Amino acid sequence: MVRELKITPIKNGTVIDHIASGLALDVLRIINIQSLDKDSTVSVAIRVRSGKLGWKDIVKVENMELSPRKVNAIALITPQATISIIRDFKVQEKRSVDLPDRIIGVLKCPNPNCITNQPEPVESEFEVTERRPVVLTCSYCERRVESFLNHLA
Amino acid sequence: MSLHGRDVISIRDLSREEIEELLASARKMIPYAEGSKVMHPLEDKIVAMAFFEPSTRTRLSFEAAVQRLGGSCVTIADAGASSMRKGESLYDTIRMLSGYGEAIVIRHPNEGAARLAARASDRPVINAGDGAGQHPTQTLLDLATMQESFDTLTGLKVVLLGDLKYGRTVHSLAHALAVFGSEIVLTSPASLGLPDEVIERLEHMGAKVSVEPDLHKAVRDSDVLYVTRIQKERFTDESDYRKVAGSYRIDADVLKDAKPRLIVMHPLPRAGEISPEVDNTPHAVYFRQAFLAVPVRMALLNAVLGPAKKGG
Repeated sequence: MVRELKITPIKNGTVIDHIASGLALDVLRIINIQSLDKDSTVSVAIRVRSGKLGWKDIVKVENMELSPRKVNAIALITPQATISIIRDFKVQEKRSVDLPDRIIGVLKCPNPNCITNQPEPVESEFEVTERRPVVLTCSYCERRVESFLNHLA
Repeated sequence: MSLHGRDVISIRDLSREEIEELLASARKMIPYAEGSKVMHPLEDKIVAMAFFEPSTRTRLSFEAAVQRLGGSCVTIADAGASSMRKGESLYDTIRMLSGYGEAIVIRHPNEGAARLAARASDRPVINAGDGAGQHPTQTLLDLATMQESFDTLTGLKVVLLGDLKYGRTVHSLAHALAVFGSEIVLTSPASLGLPDEVIERLEHMGAKVSVEPDLHKAVRDSDVLYVTRIQKERFTDESDYRKVAGSYRIDADVLKDAKPRLIVMHPLPRAGEISPEVDNTPHAVYFRQAFLAVPVRMALLNAVLGPAKKGG
């Protein structure tokens, strides 16, 4: 049988694997593909069989390495994801997305009256107050946040 | 840990020991707050009062506290008249103010504003209320009032009455009561109850918390009745507001089965929640509570700005 590739390998770039099934488009939103080079191919696989998760999504982006801020955003919505840096078709580095103790500039505080939602020279900042499941607390107004998708900055 | 030079933004910034020390110091400050004794530990010190929303009690009691300690104030008392109206950020305003005084006291309509001010300022910042957020000095003076009446803050049964959802004083006070091991009874209209996450947090701290919507029952065997204002603007229907406000009015009838030593507290201003007939009963301590704001704020300002304690 001829081996068929659903997604072709990339020469240089980033592979985000083990994304919770159904969240690939949200990961793309975090990556902000508009900001990439025009000739960078982006491949998305939704509902791929996975030994670990049952089903998963995969996103591959050519010629891009994720900023720590984007890695944190991905960690918030799909904490079991892994990130591989590809250079010259080889995996240079593979790591899971770790949530730091503080999340800066990634989420907008859901409290509209929070000072971080006013025109102030300040970035949003949350403390990770619980890890399983993840609960964040705004470092300014102390609002607790338990769902993140709708609050990505 | 010493409070000298520290920010005080939330009651959670203070340990139980620090709160106890401040309350002990506040008791000693009473004759100085009344003017019968004189002390000037803040001589030559200036405290900047940054009040970005209207406040009578809080601002005046802070100013009185600074002056009783021999210090002086520079004050923004009206955000409309300040440069913020010209579009200056709070961050810049606070940076500027931190050059004008040794400490900043801030009141602001946005939650988290005091935390932002603390980051902008290299001088200590004291939160005098930010939006529906924290108001730690109100909590301290509430505790001082209870302690003056009962000599303890442990084992009291405290009814929190009124708007427990949005009332900014109530969340900080409930936290402090939990720290000291007092029992909390929640009495409010269903739509203005203490948020579940706050109740969970209190229970997690080991506090005994119960809900008793019937005011008469709640009052019967309690030590403290803490009344807050039910704000009209929280209701979409005015008749709903009237019904609720009417059912939580404190008068002689509500207090007839109360313990003789029950104290009635209110952060003021009141808007009809407490009938004037209560004012002359031994239960009424709300004007004493308003006075205690001065010695409590003196104790805090002296701890933050006064001479550093040896070994502190």
